[in-house]
Amino acid sequence: MNYSSYIALIPLLPLASFILLGLFGRKYLKELSGIIGCTVLLISTVLSLYAAYNYFFIGGKVNGVYPTLTAVKYTWLQFLPSLAIDMGIILDPISVMMIVVVSFVSLMVHIYSLGYMKGEERFGTYYSFLSLFTFSMLGLVLASNIFQIYIFWELVGISSYLLIGFYYDRPSAVAASKKAFVVTRFADLGFLIGILILGFQAQTLDFNTLIQRLTDTQSPQLLAIASTSFLGVSLLTWALTLVFVGGAGKSAMFPLHIWLPDAMEGPTPVSALIHAATMVVAGVYLVARLFPVFHINGASLHVVTWVGAISAFLAAVIACTQTDIKRVLAYSTMSQIGYMMFSLGVSGWGGETGLGYTGSMFHLFTHAFFKSLLFLCAGAVIHIARSNEMKDMGGLRRFMPITHITFLIACLAIAGVPPFAGFFSKEEILFAAWQNNQVIYVIGLVTSGITAFYMFRLYFSIFWNKEKELYDFHGEGTFSMKLPLIILGIGTALVGFIPFSNFISADRKGLPSELHLTFSIVPVTFAIIGIFIAYSLYFKQSDRAQKLSDTLGGLYRSTYRKFYIDEIYLFVTRKIIFNLVGRPAAWIDRNIVDGTMNGIAWTTGKISVLIKGVQSGRVQSYALYFFGGIVVLVLIFLYLWK
Amino acid sequence: MLTEFLYLMKAELMITIIIFILLFLKLGSKEMKAENMLNFINVLLVINLAAGFFNIPTGNLFGDMFRTNELFTLEKNFLNFGTLIISLQSYDWLKNHKHVPEFYILLLSTLLGMFFMISSSNLLMFYLGLELSTIPLAALCNFDLHQRRSSEAAFKMIMSSAFSSGLLLFGISLLYGSTGTLDFHELTLQLNDNSLQIFSLILLIAGFGFKISAVPFHLWTADVYEGSPVAVTSYLSVVSKGAILFVIVSVFYNVFTPVANSWYNMIFLISVATMIIGNLFALRQQNMKRFLAFSSIAQVGFILVGLTAQSTEGSSSVIYFILIYIFSNLGAFGVISVVSAITGKETMDDYRGFYKTNPLLTWVLAISLFSLAGIPPLAGFFGKFFLLFAGAGKGNYSLIVIAALNMVVSLYYYLKVIKAMFMDANENPIEKIHSHWQPKIAMGICVGGILITGIASGAYNYIHSLLK
Repeated sequence: MNYSSYIALIPLLPLASFILLGLFGRKYLKELSGIIGCTVLLISTVLSLYAAYNYFFIGGKVNGVYPTLTAVKYTWLQFLPSLAIDMGIILDPISVMMIVVVSFVSLMVHIYSLGYMKGEERFGTYYSFLSLFTFSMLGLVLASNIFQIYIFWELVGISSYLLIGFYYDRPSAVAASKKAFVVTRFADLGFLIGILILGFQAQTLDFNTLIQRLTDTQSPQLLAIASTSFLGVSLLTWALTLVFVGGAGKSAMFPLHIWLPDAMEGPTPVSALIHAATMVVAGVYLVARLFPVFHINGASLHVVTWVGAISAFLAAVIACTQTDIKRVLAYSTMSQIGYMMFSLGVSGWGGETGLGYTGSMFHLFTHAFFKSLLFLCAGAVIHIARSNEMKDMGGLRRFMPITHITFLIACLAIAGVPPFAGFFSKEEILFAAWQNNQVIYVIGLVTSGITAFYMFRLYFSIFWNKEKELYDFHGEGTFSMKLPLIILGIGTALVGFIPFSNFISADRKGLPSELHLTFSIVPVTFAIIGIFIAYSLYFKQSDRAQKLSDTLGGLYRSTYRKFYIDEIYLFVTRKIIFNLVGRPAAWIDRNIVDGTMNGIAWTTGKISVLIKGVQSGRVQSYALYFFGGIVVLVLIFLYLWK
Repeated sequence: MLTEFLYLMKAELMITIIIFILLFLKLGSKEMKAENMLNFINVLLVINLAAGFFNIPTGNLFGDMFRTNELFTLEKNFLNFGTLIISLQSYDWLKNHKHVPEFYILLLSTLLGMFFMISSSNLLMFYLGLELSTIPLAALCNFDLHQRRSSEAAFKMIMSSAFSSGLLLFGISLLYGSTGTLDFHELTLQLNDNSLQIFSLILLIAGFGFKISAVPFHLWTADVYEGSPVAVTSYLSVVSKGAILFVIVSVFYNVFTPVANSWYNMIFLISVATMIIGNLFALRQQNMKRFLAFSSIAQVGFILVGLTAQSTEGSSSVIYFILIYIFSNLGAFGVISVVSAITGKETMDDYRGFYKTNPLLTWVLAISLFSLAGIPPLAGFFGKFFLLFAGAGKGNYSLIVIAALNMVVSLYYYLKVIKAMFMDANENPIEKIHSHWQPKIAMGICVGGILITGIASGAYNYIHSLLK
């Protein structure tokens, strides 16, 4: 099957739309920008679906496995004689699945924004940023080598920065966008170093060749990278762990998650697209992309497992105490991504043992549906309640029936209640954990109970709890806002029935899709208990919840303060780095480099004002430092370093 | 003989001819309007730049004192290009200045010195070029004739450079004493790792370090940059540094090969210190010129990382990065130059709310700063990535980690400016700037360069092919 004719259009169309809207959107196109953005994305989505259909059903398996195709490839730069940097498009089960997810969710968000962002002054700019993001994300998932993925990785970060800071007149939005950019950039530093190590050791940046060389036990590259060690750990473990650090930053894994809750300052549809369904799963995608290499290196896979499990649990606990509905959803996103991560971590290679890989990708797929649905519903709710706080809501089911029903479906899905999408994917993940590592399984199980609790706490607080009258109520929202909710709601209810494991598995052979019904009893029971507790606490207005949190006292408070993680960061940066590094630097700057005019006047009091500026003595001190530098170098190189 | 001389010294002769034309114009005593003069000079500079791309000469002159080849010509073209851009950008400043021809005579003299320095094949020739490129610069620093801080800058410049030249000359004499030659080829054969030669190597590195403002030889930079006119500051931080870095690449990679291990360690230490100190100070700066001065110190530290690679990839990524550095830094300086010439405002607070009044200029500055911070897909990212990649080839990962950490720190302060321009409110913002079309063209070229040089791999490939 020849894909090269159209596959490049999938990312390039949004790029064209970005350029067009970026140049003319604000002044000339205005309202038309939204229509252009949606149309372009509709074409991209159709092409993605067509490509997926071709890949899975027309092309199908070759020799029993789904092949890795390179649809487009050209050598961009021959950096070393043995190392070329290519630009290309890779097609394999996960990248094909991802382009469908990204373009579809992006299309929904584009349509939703037609109504949500209506009347916004920078409507055109908003759509151009959305297009830029979609382009970068599609480029990221289609990248055929690790250098290319890094470029798009950063581009995704920039578009996220632009979109979080979209309301640039709000100081909190500006601060949040900067925080997100700097924190993820800090993590990317690990990624960059990981790339450099992998690139140099494997003598290639191309994913296929890289995986092939580093999984073949006979290859000289693998022998070299596995036998060289740095600080007692093999270079391969270092490289993979560093790459994972990059992924953890983007995917908001503990302890690099601090930017995600703040990122909710962006417009809500943006949160749905970037901070729920697509960008934040980039880290999971990256690990999955390099999974064959991770698989042969147990140590780095352990890191993935535990970071994922801790994030899943911790975020779920924090989510229980948050009162801002977007923040609850943000922490729940972090928790669900933690699921995907540890699921990759507990996965083996072929057959039943590879279920973790399948489950992780399946959960990524279903999560995109229900989480973007939750965010879009939250957008509608915030639109009506004019607040993000749960206490300002309640009884909204009468006013917004469609939002109510779709939100309920999504809650049931994320809680893992059959037959909604989340049930199937979560079941696979828990089953994989059960088989491989029972401690992880218990963490996952408890987390899934907590998840059900906080999601239904949210649901009851918004739609039931107290009865409320809305006086200036203008309807639930425009048709363009309701349509995506309905489509995603139907999707959330049905996508679980896709026999996902037939298509995606670690060894590419596909697994028979089967349900372990007896196994599911325990997780579903946990979910139902969680829902029931939420029901008893939040269905009617009562002080039971308050009493409970009073009883738990300190524990509740520390959870509410997100375990003081932000404060720890602040302490480290403000107190330690600022005092130990910043202060001395400031001192040197003030006393040596700047050297106050007054001090100079005092020492050279007799000389006239004019000369004071010139003959400040500073030039001499400059010379002294210059000379000092030479002396130090001489001491080092003639005596110490010999 | 004569034709060969004319042909091989084409680039230098072009500059000399322009200098003479300007001298005659000045002596002709007919007062020419500053605007016409500037247009005329810029046309000459465009011709000069264009001429550099044709009939590229290769060969030696004056008993191997002077040599030229395709790579050197390319480097000279970069410098010609930088000078042209700076000249275009300073239109708004110079049109009110009485001494336009003198400014260009001094400027082009320093450029001539840099050309000789690049083409030198002998330490003496190199030293002459270095001095020719330094002393007129001090006069240029003083070109805001009525500003005391400008004179102060000039004074500090001349004092510091005299000091560094003295030590450099001491190093050269020691080298001559121990090897008996100043010729690059013979020097390579004579060098070994003895203490005297290491000592003279340190003095030479200090001399180089002074010119590229590497820590701890950088202290003059901030004051001189702040006091000088913006055009001179950008010339100092881009063209002058670029020239010296070109020389460093060719000298260290071709002449000092027998002592490669020693200079590797020295450059390693200096590179780490330069990146860290440059970044820490850049964090706190409020004056935009001073801010760019310190950030360019940090950039130099980064360039030195690529230099430690000691491979063809190392030298080509350094030269490639200098091209990108010219684009990015001159883009930033262009905006500051225009704003400073028209409104006189130079502090970061003045730039708050800049986007409201001057969206286009804000974007130029933002793109340049993003490129300096190394954000893909702008050219700066590719430049830095190649420097790191080349450096990683040597296997010294601690240096790479430090460099990458510094990239994050630098992102923080570049974002500070961008945040101020786009997001902060200001009751008294910089008014709408109406600059001449020439600075606008120059900025357009810089932005174009930033957008294209990275993504199109041609530039790097060409440089790499010259070094093979």
